Amino acid sequence: MKLSVNGVERQLASSPLRPLLHVLRDELGITSPKAGCQQGGCGACTVLVEGEPRRSCLIPLAAVDGAEITTVEGLGAPESLSQVQAAFAAHYAAQCGFCTSGFLVAAHALVEREPEVTREGVLEALGGHVCRCTGYVKIVDAVLAAARGEVDVAAVEPDVEARPDQPEILVPGSPA
Amino acid sequence: MAVSAPATEVLLPASREEAIEAFGDGAGVTVLAGGTILMPEIAEGRLRPGRTLLLVRAGLGGVHSGSSTIRIGATTTVAELAELGLEPLASAAANVADLEVRSQGTVGGNLCAPPGREFPRGDLQAPLLALAARVRSAGPGGERVDEVDSFLAGEGTGRLVLELELDGPPDAAAHAVLDRPHAHSYTPLAVAAAERDGVLRIAATGAAPRAVRLHAVESSRDASDALADADPQDDALASAWYRRKMLPVLVARVLADLKEAR
Repeated sequence: MKLSVNGVERQLASSPLRPLLHVLRDELGITSPKAGCQQGGCGACTVLVEGEPRRSCLIPLAAVDGAEITTVEGLGAPESLSQVQAAFAAHYAAQCGFCTSGFLVAAHALVEREPEVTREGVLEALGGHVCRCTGYVKIVDAVLAAARGEVDVAAVEPDVEARPDQPEILVPGSPA
Repeated sequence: MAVSAPATEVLLPASREEAIEAFGDGAGVTVLAGGTILMPEIAEGRLRPGRTLLLVRAGLGGVHSGSSTIRIGATTTVAELAELGLEPLASAAANVADLEVRSQGTVGGNLCAPPGREFPRGDLQAPLLALAARVRSAGPGGERVDEVDSFLAGEGTGRLVLELELDGPPDAAAHAVLDRPHAHSYTPLAVAAAERDGVLRIAATGAAPRAVRLHAVESSRDASDALADADPQDDALASAWYRRKMLPVLVARVLADLKEAR
């Protein structure tokens, strides 16, 4: 089986019923989708499947064989953030960060689909994402700002260190 | 000590015919469509499927509206039903979980959902009961159509759902649900009703281990009869006591909405 992950074709050896979440995290080392509740209720594992937000913990690999998957790494890079990524930075919408990648990919899809989205529309579309730091107000503000194109992406300087080539933590199931 | 597990065989039928053939008599087959119910079971090791039928490419989705009958394919997503405008099904579908889960979960899976260990499942069963849906399925004895009532009562066990057949929109419909806080994905209690040619059908989710018709209310149109057919349970979402208090409230709301809609 294979997947196109963030534009890169990847051949996979995982078993066909392995959740996409664990294929991404354990076989491919992409740990931005988080293993939260692992029953579809928290939103932390959300990725884009063919551009649509989906719970990667609920999808068996065989069901998306050949599909295009986008994780938060595929939205932008530290030197070229996407609108929603820049908006999250500008509006301080990330606290501990565990829910952030799920929020970002879902918000990215929402903003693409519905640039005129209202505050109520954001609440409805992102209602399946839990932030246990309870930073919802800033998250919703950031998504609305991104939708309205109010964020000067070039002015946002993300505070990131050089990324290692390999993930630093490779313990399966760790919150890395 | 030797531990062995049956090897998982995954079947990916590419058409309705292939799906029916691969399902056969259903013995030992696990059917997986949207995965929203089964995947956590599989990932946690509570379910170790042997032969697994993935319906994702079986072409069993889609809604076809004829002159008098609406046919809803088994793998039509809950999100698609929310957009269908057919009440009380659409309102119930829009109330399921969240956007992503609605876009994955299917009407067939929802119909076949067994009661959860900690909460009710199958939020669409009550509106399908209210709409007097018919279920076309395959399995032992070939293809068959059952009334949704008997399908849920046990006739559907071990069968592959192909599609639902519904008559057109009812004359009046109503749906009432306990409001939920943010990101609370499960429905503690909901009531769905549809009226056609003066005949009322009303059913509840969360008022018993499975969805139930409220027959007494159907004949009396009196919300104080709401508990006659109910068997409220304690679970992680609500106490039986609370459900007993709230079911008549939701039924009264639905009856009032129906009166207004007529």
